[in-house]
Amino acid sequence: MPSKRRALQEINAGSMADIAFLLLVFFLVTTTMDSDWGLARRLPPPLDINQPEPPPIKDRNVFVVLANANDQLLVEGEILEIGQLREKAKEFIANPNDLPDLPEKKPTKVKFFGDYPVSKQVISLQNDNGTSYDLYIQVQNELAAAYSELRNSLATEKFGVTYDYLVEVNDKPKISAIRDIYPQRISEAEPKNVGGQ
Amino acid sequence: MSKFNKGKKKDSPGISTASLPDIVFMLLFFFMVTTVMREVDLKVKLETPEATEIEKIENKSLVSYIYIGEPYDTKKFGTSSRIQLNDQFAKVQDVGPYVEQKRSEVDEVLIPKLITSMKVDEETKMGIVTDVKQELRKVQALKINYATRERLKSE
Repeated sequence: MPSKRRALQEINAGSMADIAFLLLVFFLVTTTMDSDWGLARRLPPPLDINQPEPPPIKDRNVFVVLANANDQLLVEGEILEIGQLREKAKEFIANPNDLPDLPEKKPTKVKFFGDYPVSKQVISLQNDNGTSYDLYIQVQNELAAAYSELRNSLATEKFGVTYDYLVEVNDKPKISAIRDIYPQRISEAEPKNVGGQ
Repeated sequence: MSKFNKGKKKDSPGISTASLPDIVFMLLFFFMVTTVMREVDLKVKLETPEATEIEKIENKSLVSYIYIGEPYDTKKFGTSSRIQLNDQFAKVQDVGPYVEQKRSEVDEVLIPKLITSMKVDEETKMGIVTDVKQELRKVQALKINYATRERLKSE
């Protein structure tokens, strides 16, 4: 029996930093910080042949946005730049002065608001097969922005907070009231192929 | 005779590197937690357009991705926009089965929550995008998301 017990040798931790660095570099290289952001949309269900024709919509209730193969916009028969679309759409959706060529309003019972004149607006969007995807997204974005600006100002007027805030705190009854007044109705017509591919 | 230099020179003590592994580990854990491995090798150029009214996709496991853009290898595949599903090029008709396969992989209750994310290059023409959308409508995959980069709102 040895009289002296040998002291336990400690593991050398000097290379730990190197190993950790190696792993760190691996994760640094493979990492992608981008998360998925995007415009959420819902496609219309497929057309049913047996379905009866929907009732016609009055011209004044439809906001027609056409985009051609040269990335030009025709809005309600008027050539517009993309920067002007938002204001034009807002004016159409809200119709603040009850103009006869903008959408009609129908008093509807809405929670918190009582009888509120809700406009019967529909936005119709049609693009060509040659339209660039960038323009398409810009149009979608401007229209969505028009709705969200109107919703925000209505919510601020009524509840003192923006619509974005209501969404953040998930205040469902108030959100649905605002949505009832400004429902997002963007309809995409079946595409045309005029300008070629 | 300076007042401060007292003949004997003091050795400056070296900086202790004992806490270096801790710092590195901290960084390492940060990257390990935040990292998302790329699911596919992109074969198409992808520069998504910018938008402001965007939402974040919360549950990535419920998303099927469709990539559309100009192929990187233009000598082999030409310059017209192509669709990429998983790791390979596909035709418009393949979109339906692709979505249905994703459906069969997830739990039945989660099927209505499935999202199709379209990652499309901004220079793509709408023709091919519309074709894919029609195909998605046929298989009732109606929740879609157009992937975009964030643009700061100008007030």
